[in-house]
Amino acid sequence: MTQHHASDETYLSIDNLWKAFGAFLALKDITLAVKNGEFVCFLGPSGCGKTTLLRAIAGLDLQTKGTVMQGGKDVSNLPPSERDFGIVFQSYALFPNLTIEKNIAFGLENTGRGKAEITARVAELLDLVGLPEQGKKYPAQLSGGQQQRIALARAIATNPGLLLLDEPLSALDAKVRVHLRHEIKELQRKLGVTTVMVTHDQEEALAMADRIVVMNHGVIEQVGSPTEIYREPANLFVADFIGEMNQITSTVTKGGRLSVGEKTFACHEHSFSDGTPVVAAIRPEDIIPHEEGYDADDPNRNCIDVLLHEMEFLGSFWRCRLRNERFGASELIADFSINAVRRLGLGEGRQMVIELPTDRLMAFDRPEAS
Amino acid sequence: MAGISDATQMPAGPVVKGKLSRDDILMRGGMMVIALYLIITLALPLYAMLSKSFSTYRVELSQYEFQISDDAGVFDGTILNAEVLNQQTGAIDPAELNTGSDGRLPVTGLFPDFSFRSPVMYQVRNTSDEGRFLVGSTLQDGTDWVTLDSNTFRRVQLRPVKATGFDNFINYFSTPALFNSIKNSLWIAVISTIVTVTLAFWFAYALNRSCMRYKGVFRLIAMAPILVPSLLPGIALVYLFGNQGIAKELLFGASIYGPIGIVIGSIFFTFPHAFMIISTALAISDARLYEAAASLRATRWRTFWTVTIPGARYGLISAAFVVFNLVITDFGLPKVIGGQFNVLAVDIYKQVIGQQNFEMGAVVSVVLVIPAIFAFAIDRLVQSKQVALLSARSVPYQPQPNQRTDLISFIYCAFVGLFIVGILAICQYAALIKFWPYDLSLSLNNYQFDKMDGGGWASYYNSIKLGLFTAVFGTAIVFFGAYLVEKTNGFRTGRALFQMFAMLPMAIPGMVLGLAYIFFFNSPSNPLNVIYGTMAILVICSVTHFYTVSHLTAVTALKQMDREFESVSASLKQPTMKLFSRVTVPVCLPSVLDISIYLFVNAMTTVSAVVFLYSPKTSLASIAVLNMDDAGDIAPAAAMGMMIFYTNAVARIIHLLVSKGVLVRTQAWRTR
Repeated sequence: MTQHHASDETYLSIDNLWKAFGAFLALKDITLAVKNGEFVCFLGPSGCGKTTLLRAIAGLDLQTKGTVMQGGKDVSNLPPSERDFGIVFQSYALFPNLTIEKNIAFGLENTGRGKAEITARVAELLDLVGLPEQGKKYPAQLSGGQQQRIALARAIATNPGLLLLDEPLSALDAKVRVHLRHEIKELQRKLGVTTVMVTHDQEEALAMADRIVVMNHGVIEQVGSPTEIYREPANLFVADFIGEMNQITSTVTKGGRLSVGEKTFACHEHSFSDGTPVVAAIRPEDIIPHEEGYDADDPNRNCIDVLLHEMEFLGSFWRCRLRNERFGASELIADFSINAVRRLGLGEGRQMVIELPTDRLMAFDRPEAS
Repeated sequence: MAGISDATQMPAGPVVKGKLSRDDILMRGGMMVIALYLIITLALPLYAMLSKSFSTYRVELSQYEFQISDDAGVFDGTILNAEVLNQQTGAIDPAELNTGSDGRLPVTGLFPDFSFRSPVMYQVRNTSDEGRFLVGSTLQDGTDWVTLDSNTFRRVQLRPVKATGFDNFINYFSTPALFNSIKNSLWIAVISTIVTVTLAFWFAYALNRSCMRYKGVFRLIAMAPILVPSLLPGIALVYLFGNQGIAKELLFGASIYGPIGIVIGSIFFTFPHAFMIISTALAISDARLYEAAASLRATRWRTFWTVTIPGARYGLISAAFVVFNLVITDFGLPKVIGGQFNVLAVDIYKQVIGQQNFEMGAVVSVVLVIPAIFAFAIDRLVQSKQVALLSARSVPYQPQPNQRTDLISFIYCAFVGLFIVGILAICQYAALIKFWPYDLSLSLNNYQFDKMDGGGWASYYNSIKLGLFTAVFGTAIVFFGAYLVEKTNGFRTGRALFQMFAMLPMAIPGMVLGLAYIFFFNSPSNPLNVIYGTMAILVICSVTHFYTVSHLTAVTALKQMDREFESVSASLKQPTMKLFSRVTVPVCLPSVLDISIYLFVNAMTTVSAVVFLYSPKTSLASIAVLNMDDAGDIAPAAAMGMMIFYTNAVARIIHLLVSKGVLVRTQAWRTR
C-alpha cells in the first residue's frame, strides 16, 4: 500500500444531482467534487439529504437526475455491484453466522485470489484494524467498536477506490467513538483511499474531515475545511449548526457597522448595505473578558459593559451569561477560560467589560420570521 | 435556505434509469417465476371456477329437426322440429332441458311410435351451428342430415348449449335445500366460535396468569388437535354418543349426528388455533398496567375488565375470526357427523361427487368464499394492530402464587385437557377393539387397511410422501419467494402484487381450491392436465393451500435481517445468491424448519382440498379415514386417523430435535 495524500485531481464528481421521492425533493441540484485521497464529511441535521446523497453515490438508491463520475468514469446509472466502493453502515451489517475471518474474506472470494492469498490478506487486515487475535470469533462475541473495525476491514479488503461510511460511529459509546474516529482517520490517511462519511455529529466531522460539506433541506450550504466552516461560516445556518453562536438582532448602519440596541459595533467585512436587518453573531469563546476599570466606551474597540448574571462550570471552561439593558433583550453567552476567571476574579453578579473582537463579529442575513 | 420541497423545481428532462445488475435481473426473474406459480396454481383455477359458476347449459330443442321414413325407408320430406314435437307429446319436462355441461338428452320419447326393431329410418340434423348431438359417442356438430336406422337412432342424445348468466345462482337461491346451508353454516360457525374462544381464553388465562403446575403438559395437550384431521373428533363422537355410543344417554335423546356433533368436534379441532392467538395476546400484556390498577385499589374484577380484556381484545377478535373461518370452511367433520344437517362445504362435495353437478358446486363455492374472505380480511386488519401493540416496550406480567386461583385454574385446565385427550383416547381405544360394542377384546384387525376400502396402507405411505414433498418443495418455494419479494430493489408494483397473491390462499377454503383445480387442471385444453391424478397436483395444491401462513413466517424472519446485507454484498461484488445461501438461509434456519413442519403436518391432515384431486393411485391417509368412515368401517377409520396423529407427533419430535441440533451446530454465533 502506498502512502499518499489528497491530490488536486478530482476522483469523484457529482453534477446537478436531484433526487425526488414522489413530490418531495430530497436533493436539489447538488454539485460537488471530491479530490483523490480526500476525506469528505457530509454533515447536517437528520433529513437534510446527506444519506440520500451517499446512497446515490453508491448506486443503492439512484438519483432522479444528474450524473456521478468516479475515477473518470460515468457511473450514474450503474448498479452497486458494478461500481468500485466499500461501505460501512451504522449497523455494521456483519454477517452474524460467519466468523470474523469469513466476514472479511467474503468480498475476496470469487476474485481469482487463492486460498492462501485470502488468508494472508485477512490476517493483514485484522492487523491493520488492530484485532489480530479475533479472527475465529463471531461478530456477536465482539464489542460494538470491534465490530465496527471489522466492518471497516471488510469494506477495504478489496482495495476499493472509494470508501463510504454511513454514520459509522453513531451506535457507539462516546468514549469509543472518540477513539475510533481517530483510528479511522489514521487508517484512511495510511491507505490514501478517497472517503466520504455521513454524520450528524459536527465534532466528528471537524475532527476527521479534510473538507466538510454542510447540508440542509437537500442543498449544500457550505463546503470547506473544518477551520473554514467553523471560523468563516457562509450563512447563519452553518454558523448555528456548527459550534455555539450568539445571535443578536441587529441592523447595518453607516460605515457597515452593526447597531445593537443603543450601540454600534465594527465587524468582520460583509456586503450588506446600510439599513439591512441582519443577525450579528459571535462565538462564545471569541468574547474577551477585560479587567476591572477597562474603558467600555473606547471607540476603537467593540467593548461593552455587562452584568455577569450566571456562571456554569463545564470542566475546561466557564460558561457565562451576560446581560446589558443597552443590548436590548438579548443575553450573551461567553466561554471564559478557567485562567481568565481566576485572573479577573469573576463571579456571579459582577459588573464587567467584555470585548467583541472586530474580526470575530459577523453579520448574517436575518431569516424571515416564520 | 428552507426552500419549498417540491418536485416541480426539478429541471425537465429524462430521469436517470438505472442499469439492472445481473442479480437484479435474476431476482426479478425469480420473483416472476414464483408469481407465475401462484397465478397458475391459484388465480387461474379460481377464475376457471368463477366462470364455471356463471356457465349455464341448456338443450335448445328448436335447434333440432327430424324426418321419419316409411317402413320401406323412403322419406317423404316432412320436417319435424323437436320443439314442436315436444309441445305435442310433452315427453320432455322443460326442467330437464336445463342441465350441466355433461347433460345428454335422448330423443326417442318425442316419437311415441318409436321401436328400435322397426324398419323405419330416421334423419336428424342441427338447424344452427351451435347445435350438437351425439350418436353413440360420436359428436355431430354440422348442419347436414344424418340418416340412422331405428336401432342407432335410439343412441342419439342431444347436447346442451353453453351460455353465461346468473341462472345457476337464481337456481341455487330458489332451492331451499341448498340455500338453507348458508344459515346452517353460519349458525354452526358462530356457536363454535363463541364456545371455542371462551374456552380457549380461560385456558390461556390460566396458563398465563396463574402459578398452577404442569403448565408445559397442558400446553402440549392444547396443541395436540392440530396433529389430526378435523374429521377424527367426529369419529370419536360417534363412538361416544352415536347410535351405539357408550355415553349416548348423556344427550337425553338428542342426536349427535347434526349440529351438536359438528359444534363439539369443531371446538376440538379449532381449540389450538384460538389458544395460540389468545395466549400470545395475553403474554404481551404490560405488568405496569396491573401495578397501576393495584395502586388505584381496583378490584380484581374491575382490573380484569379494564386491563386484561382490553389488552387481549385484538387477540380475542383475531381468534374469533380464525375459528369462524376454520369451522365454516371445514369439510371433514360435518361429512362424518353432520348427518342430514347440510353445510356449505359438504354441499360442494355432494354437488360435485354425488350429483356431478359441477356448475352448482362452483356456485356453492362462490357462496362459501364470501364469508371466508370477510373473516380473513378482518383477521388481517386486527393482526396488524396487534403487531403495533407488540412493539411497545412493556414489562411482562409475572403471576403471583395464589392457592385458590391456582387450584381453580388447574381444575379448569384438567377438564379441557381431559376433553382433548379423551377424544384421542377413544379413537385409539376403538381402533384396537375387535367389534364394537359386542366384542370388546383387543386386536390389531382394524389396522389391516389393505382389506378395507380407502386405499390401504399405500394411502398412508402416500400421505407421508405428500407431507415430505410438500414440506421440501413448499419450503423452498415459499422461502425463496419471500426472500425475493423482501429484498428485490425497486420493482414496487410487482412486489405489491406478489404480496397480494401470497395472502390470497388463506382466504380460499380448501374445498373451493380443490374444485377450482378440477376445472382448471382437468380441462382437456390445458396442457398442464398431465399432472391431473398424480402426486404432483396434490403437492402443488397443498403448497398453495398453505402458502400464506408459511409466507408470513418467512417474511417475519427475513424482516429481522439487517437491511444492508444485500448492499454490503453488492459493494463487495458478490452474487446475491451467495449471500442467500451462506447467510440468509443459515440465519433463518429455525424459521425454515418451522415452515417445513407446518407444511408437513397440514399436508398429512388435510382433507378438503385433496378430496377432489386424489386418484386410486394417490389416495391419502386422511382421505382413507373419510372413505372408510363412509363405508361404515369406522374402527379402521379411527385407526388410520390415529396413525396420522402418531406420524405427526413423531415428525414434531424430529423437528424439535433437528431444530435443537441445528441451533447448536450452525447457530453458535447466537451465544456470546
